[in-house]
Amino acid sequence: MEFLSDFFVAPIMEMVDAPEFLAEVIIAGLMSGVMYSLVGLGFVLIFKASGIFNFAQGVMVLFAALNFVGLMDSGVHPIIAFIATVVIMTVLAMAIERVVLRRLVNQNQLILFMSTIGIAFFLEGFGELIWGGNVRPLDIGIPDDVVFIANGTILIQEADLFAGATAALLVTILALGFRYTAVGRALRAVADDHQAALSIGIPLNNIWVIVWAVAGFVALVAGIMWGTKLGVQFSISIVALKALPVLILGGFTSIPGAIIGGLIIGAGEKVAEVYWGSLFGGAIEEWFAYIVALLFLLFRPQGLFGEKIIDRV
Amino acid sequence: MAENLLTVENITLRFGGVKALTDVSFDILKGEIRAIIGPNGAGKSSMLNCINGFYHPQEGRITYKGQTRKQMRPYEAASQGIARTFQNIALFRGMSVLDNVMTGRVLKMKSSLLEQAFYFGRARSEEISHRSKVEEVIDFLEINAIRKTPVGRLPYGLQKRVELARALAAEPELLLLDEPMAGMNVEEKEDMSRFILNVNAEFGTTIALIEHDMGVVMDLSDRVVVLNYGEKLADGTPDVVRSNQAVIDAYLGASH
Ligand SMILES: Nc1ncnc2c1ncn2[C@@H]1O[C@H](COP(=O)(O)OP(=O)(O)OP(=O)(O)O)[C@@H](O)[C@H]1O
Ligand SMILES: [Mg+2]
Repeated sequence: MEFLSDFFVAPIMEMVDAPEFLAEVIIAGLMSGVMYSLVGLGFVLIFKASGIFNFAQGVMVLFAALNFVGLMDSGVHPIIAFIATVVIMTVLAMAIERVVLRRLVNQNQLILFMSTIGIAFFLEGFGELIWGGNVRPLDIGIPDDVVFIANGTILIQEADLFAGATAALLVTILALGFRYTAVGRALRAVADDHQAALSIGIPLNNIWVIVWAVAGFVALVAGIMWGTKLGVQFSISIVALKALPVLILGGFTSIPGAIIGGLIIGAGEKVAEVYWGSLFGGAIEEWFAYIVALLFLLFRPQGLFGEKIIDRV
Repeated sequence: MAENLLTVENITLRFGGVKALTDVSFDILKGEIRAIIGPNGAGKSSMLNCINGFYHPQEGRITYKGQTRKQMRPYEAASQGIARTFQNIALFRGMSVLDNVMTGRVLKMKSSLLEQAFYFGRARSEEISHRSKVEEVIDFLEINAIRKTPVGRLPYGLQKRVELARALAAEPELLLLDEPMAGMNVEEKEDMSRFILNVNAEFGTTIALIEHDMGVVMDLSDRVVVLNYGEKLADGTPDVVRSNQAVIDAYLGASH
C-alpha cells in the first residue's frame, strides 16, 4: 500500500506543488531529447533510403565531433572547422558507398547491418588514431548564461535554447528539402518503392552518397551540441545508442517520429529520474528508455508514427 | 520492313530449381505493339524483368538498339529509354500524382542528383523546364483533376493510369506494360486501351504489353508471343496465334 502511494500519489503531488520545478526538469530533459532526436534522425534517413540499419550512426556523431574539435584545437577558426568537417563527412559517405555498399548491393539486410558494425569499429579506431583518446572540451562560444522565463520562476540555460533552436532549424531545412527539391523527391521515391525508383532510373549509388552525407551532417550538428555540453569523448557513441529506443517509439521510417520520440524519451527519463528515481535506488535514466521501448514493442510495434506493419499476402 | 528495336535470344532464367524461362527468343519491332500472353506463371513478368534489368538471365542475349548484352541493369535500361509499369502497382504512395509523374523525369535532368544536392539554383530552373512535359502527359492521360491527390488515396484504376503517366514522362522509346488493365472494369479497360493506342500512334512509342484479356490483346497488338511454362509456344499476328492448336490446348488446359 505504501509503495503504491509512493509510486502513484507522492510524485504527482510533488509535481502539482511545484510546477515551475517540473517545467525545469522537462526542459532539461528535452535538451538531451534533442540529441537523441538528431541521432535518431540520422538513422531514419539511412534506413528509409536504403533499408540499412546503420549501427555506425552513434559513432558518426563521435567521429564528426572529434574532427571538428580536433581542427579547432589546432587553431582553425570554428566556421572553417565546421565546413572542413562537413567535407570530411561527405568524403566518408562517398568512401562508404564505394568500398562497402556498392559491393554488398542485393545482399540481405543482416549482412548490411553487420557491415555497419564494421564501419562503426573502423571510425572509432580511426578517430582515436588521428585525434587521440582524451576528452576534449569544446567551446564554440555559445553563451552559457541562464535566462528566466514565466516571471522569473523558470530558469533555462541559454545553451539549451540555442541547441533547441539549431535542431529546429536543421529539421526544418531537411523537411523543406525533402518536399520541394528534385533530390528530395528522388529520396522519397527510393524510400517509398525501391523497385519503382530503379525502374525510372534513379541512380541508387548517388542516393546512398547523399543520405550518408546528410546523416553525417546531422551527426556533426549533434556532436557539436553534445560536445559543448559534455566535452567530446568516446562515451558519446554509447549514449547515442539511446537512439534505438527512440526509434522503436517513433517508428523506424518516420522523421517526425524520430524527433518527437527523442523529445519524449529525453523528457520522460528526466522526469522519471527526478520523481521516481529514489524508489528504485536512482539511475532510472539509464534504463527508462529501454523499458518504454519494450512496452512499445509489445503493444505498438510500428511505433507512434511508423507505417502499420501488414504482411503482404 | 520496320527496324528491329529489341531482340531477346535464347533467354534462360532460373530461380534455384525453378526454370522461369527456357530458351526464349523473340523480337520487337520499332513502333509496334507487341503482346506477351500466357497462363499464370508462364514467365511473362520474368521476361519483362529481364528486359529492364531486374532479373539477370543465366543464358541468352538481349540486343537493344543494336547493342548486345548478356544482361541489362535497371539504371542502364532506364537511361536507354526503357520505361515500365508493374503488375502490382509500384507508385510512390506518399507522394501526390504530380510528384509521382515528375519523378519520371529524373533521367532527363541535365545536372545529376549529386550536383543538384549541392547546387540549388540550377535545380530550380531545371525543375520549371520539366514541368511542361509533365503537364502534357497529365493532360494526355486526363488526370488533371487529381494532380494534387496523394496516389495512395486513388482508386485502383486511376493508380494504374498514374503509373503509366510516370513511365510516359520519361519519353521512353520502349514501354513495358505488365497487365495494365488487370482488375479494371469494362469502362476503365476501354479508357486504358485508348490511351495505349494513342501513345503508340502519337508518340511512336514501341510497346510490349502483358495482358490476360484476349479481347484486348486482339484489339491492340500487332504481334503476339505466347509463353507457357517458361517456353515460347507461338509467335505471330493475333489471328495466327489464336488459331494455333498448341495455344488453344494450353489455354484450355489451364484454369482461368
Ligand atoms: N523473384 C523470384 N524468385 C523466385 N521465383 C520467381 C521469381 N519471380 C518469378 N518466379 C517464378 O518464375 C515463374 C514465372 O513467374 P512470372 O511472374 O514471370 O509469371 P507470369 O507469367 O508473369 O505470371 P502471372 O500471369 O501470374 O503474372 C513462376 O514459377 C514464379 O514463381
Ligand atoms: Mg506476371
